[in-house]
Amino acid sequence: MAKDRGKREIEIRFGERLTPARQAVRSALTSGPGILWVTVFLLVPLLAVIAMGFLTRGSYGEIGLPLTFENYTRLAGFGAFGFDPLYPLVIARSLVLAAGTTLVCLLAGFPLAYFIVQLPPRGKQIALTLVVIPFWTNLLIRTYAWQILLGPQSLAAKAASALGLAEAGRPLYPSLGAVYLGMLAAYLPFLVLPLYSSFEKLDWSIAEAAMDLGADGSRVLRHAILPQVLPGMIAGMILVFIPAVGQFVIPDLLGGARTVLLGNAIQQQFGASRDWPFGAAIAFVGMAVVMLGLSFYARTAGSDSEEALL
Amino acid sequence: MRKPSLPLWLWAAAIFVFLYAPIAVVIVYSFNSARHGGPWQGFTTDWYGKLFDSREKIDAAKNTLILGLSSTGIATVLGTLLGYGLSRYRFPGKKLFSRLMYIPVVIPDIVMAIAMLMFFSLIRDRFGLFELGMTTMIVAHVTFQIPFVAIVIRSRMIGIDPAIEEAARDLGATAAQTFRHVTLPMILPAVVAGAMLAFTLSLDDFVVSFFTTGPGAGTLPILIYSSVKRGITPDINALSTLIVLVSVIGTLAGLFFQRPRRSSGDS
Amino acid sequence: MAVAAPGEPKGVSGSVGSARATSVEVEGIRREFGSFVALDGVSLAIRPGEFLTLLGPSGCGKTTLLRILAGLDVADAGQVRIDGQDVGEMPAHRRPVNTVFQSYALFPHMTVRENVAFGLRMKKVPGEQVAQRVTRMLDLVQIATFADRKPAQLSGGQKQRVALARALINEPKVLLLDEPLGALDSKLRKELQVELLALQRRLGITFIFVTHDQEEALVMSDRIAVMRAGRIEQLGDAEEIYERPRTRFVSQFLGTCNLIEGKATRREGLAVLVDTPFGELRAEGYGAPALPTQGSPREALTLAIRPEKVRLVSAGAAGEEGENRVTVTVRELIYIGSETHYLLDAPGGAILTAYVMNARIGSQGFDLGQAATAVLPPAGLLVLDD
Repeated sequence: MAKDRGKREIEIRFGERLTPARQAVRSALTSGPGILWVTVFLLVPLLAVIAMGFLTRGSYGEIGLPLTFENYTRLAGFGAFGFDPLYPLVIARSLVLAAGTTLVCLLAGFPLAYFIVQLPPRGKQIALTLVVIPFWTNLLIRTYAWQILLGPQSLAAKAASALGLAEAGRPLYPSLGAVYLGMLAAYLPFLVLPLYSSFEKLDWSIAEAAMDLGADGSRVLRHAILPQVLPGMIAGMILVFIPAVGQFVIPDLLGGARTVLLGNAIQQQFGASRDWPFGAAIAFVGMAVVMLGLSFYARTAGSDSEEALL
Repeated sequence: MRKPSLPLWLWAAAIFVFLYAPIAVVIVYSFNSARHGGPWQGFTTDWYGKLFDSREKIDAAKNTLILGLSSTGIATVLGTLLGYGLSRYRFPGKKLFSRLMYIPVVIPDIVMAIAMLMFFSLIRDRFGLFELGMTTMIVAHVTFQIPFVAIVIRSRMIGIDPAIEEAARDLGATAAQTFRHVTLPMILPAVVAGAMLAFTLSLDDFVVSFFTTGPGAGTLPILIYSSVKRGITPDINALSTLIVLVSVIGTLAGLFFQRPRRSSGDS
Repeated sequence: MAVAAPGEPKGVSGSVGSARATSVEVEGIRREFGSFVALDGVSLAIRPGEFLTLLGPSGCGKTTLLRILAGLDVADAGQVRIDGQDVGEMPAHRRPVNTVFQSYALFPHMTVRENVAFGLRMKKVPGEQVAQRVTRMLDLVQIATFADRKPAQLSGGQKQRVALARALINEPKVLLLDEPLGALDSKLRKELQVELLALQRRLGITFIFVTHDQEEALVMSDRIAVMRAGRIEQLGDAEEIYERPRTRFVSQFLGTCNLIEGKATRREGLAVLVDTPFGELRAEGYGAPALPTQGSPREALTLAIRPEKVRLVSAGAAGEEGENRVTVTVRELIYIGSETHYLLDAPGGAILTAYVMNARIGSQGFDLGQAATAVLPPAGLLVLDD
């Protein structure tokens, strides 16, 4: 009996007969509006940003042709007056900060995830909820709160001056350390949640077998536990690193004018300096990091940990 | 499963203290009777009362609410449809779009903010639309809310036992009837959770609002930012405390609606 | 409405209960999933009012076939006809067919009553009629006492009944059941098997039942279609399938069977003489007379005999002519109570299984290691097709 190829185009899913035409219509009606909206209001603007990075800003602030690489060369340090390391440093500093934040979050969060997974089910729920709550609280509020916590009369400042780490009566901010504290507080949940979900799926019997065979704590960790939580760990690290690169509020409030990072640099160009093409170029660097990070993530991890996050 | 060791307990406690210290200090200092954000001088609830006297703050609160409710409304509808569509139907380029959906989730908010700012000004130059203000903020917020809502709905849709909808069809229901009587009631908790999520995101947003706002459309976070830049005052702490309270309630409610479900109805 | 006796064919045109009974035909159904062939040109004619079981291991295509009948899947080739009408283009919600799903698929947000009423509501049946019919159905399936509970509060067996009620209330021409008793414990299963059967007889609706449990199939069905790898290997009623399996697969899938390889040497009337590791055996059972020409019978054959047909007699007992006698030693014995199952070492390294009823009063049987003679009655030795 000859196979009727035409029929295969009709699918029945969830009991519904769907011709290709029908699927197209249904997709358009359901996914269409949402995708259209995000495409028009985000994806297209992002493309515009990329394009903008190649335009020139005239002396009166108007934007237009000619197309130029000037903005990018300036970012790389080759400004109008010879080598100026300002912007390469900004980029480097942002990357370093993001990397440092990721590392600190990892060091702080790993034991925490390990802790939570050992709690009884009720305890786990409570602990996770406690981790999630600050996460959903306004970042601005949490960040400026650090100004209070690190203020001149605060406990932290007094302790620091007692230890000789800082002058008495001076606030501990603005400073790089304050920025790190703020970043840690902001991004810790981003790392803990995916890491925890890897821990949750852990096969403890491997660790127990290792201990049975005489391995000590650190070896058990390295060989039995680490490989298994690696996916969640990497997911978490990327979820911290990517947004951290472009973080604006925290360096702004806790780092002051001295610490210029990608985020503030962009803000400057769209605020005071009014150099949109240059700002766009900087933003593009930020986007590039995001894209690289996402593709790295897509390659190493399978499912979407953003969903786990939610 | 062994119980956590003492060092781990201490570490966890330290981290939780660290995470909640900022929130705690804001709440505590909102009761501080010292005028200009100085050290503790005494307990008072005056600052809360003063909030309602401030025209500026009331307007900001109104704007924030309007912004939050409008954007959540739009985003919930679009996001639910999107989540439903992604889980059900095939279309060319679906995989690509699914990946692109995640961009608003991970992108640094400042990049998104200036992209929209640029976009709005370009449109304004050309077509005279999109004067910066409430409209642009709503549009911007909806843009980052949609993917979150879609993810929540899609998750829930995937978790439904396909046999249930098949059963509905088998029993004689048309596609519309199936959706109305079977699918929608089943995903309703997820829709609510998605909406709460979207609202919280809108409420918390500062950066995007900052760049897409216009005269008279300032929101509470923007207000807080400019105040903080001038120096922290206790009334700002009072305001922040209220906002934190709303966020916490919203989060807990959202978690409640997204609780892992009982067995029936899920695969 | 007259009720047909068990096993009695209800007739294709106009006998018992045929006013409501429907015939279903599938012809040349083919379904592929990528490179996996789920159904390979299946054809089947289901008689009106019969209880037909699709029996087979997982992956054999039985559920796929059922879904195609329901309209929940579409075949790549072939036709499905209900009462002579091609329903290929008919979507699931218009087919006069209802399904009871393996996972029950009850609507979690509705009560039992609402679940059962669903089909009627969708067809816009007026309110009081719905209420009446629902009440009747709840009583029929004995779930009236928890009519206002939600599925989450029900046990497996209760959910099962609700699923059944929900399907039957629409008075379908055909009811499809996809391993409905699979998730229940064995006692409940047996109870429900009996109930389902009684229900089917009472209603006279054509039931198409899918299961991998051969005992279930034997108990409930008018006819069984044994399926493997997307094809129907054998179709017939319970006795036919069990007593006269045609392939090795069917013989092993229902019950167990002794399989003996051999070479046919010559014919003797309706019997064929086969050279086997046990010596020359005389086979007269099903399949033997059908062997090719008198002069040149088929070379390599497989003989099959059910363990309960094998007789065990003491080693030295005198026998009759023409019997197949094999010298064996008891390798293992399993005492079941009403029967004893023997595993016997036979010549050539083969193992014969024999089931012996402990019919005589007093101790009986053979001990471990004891020598005995297995008698394989020629009429019980079947020749298989493969």
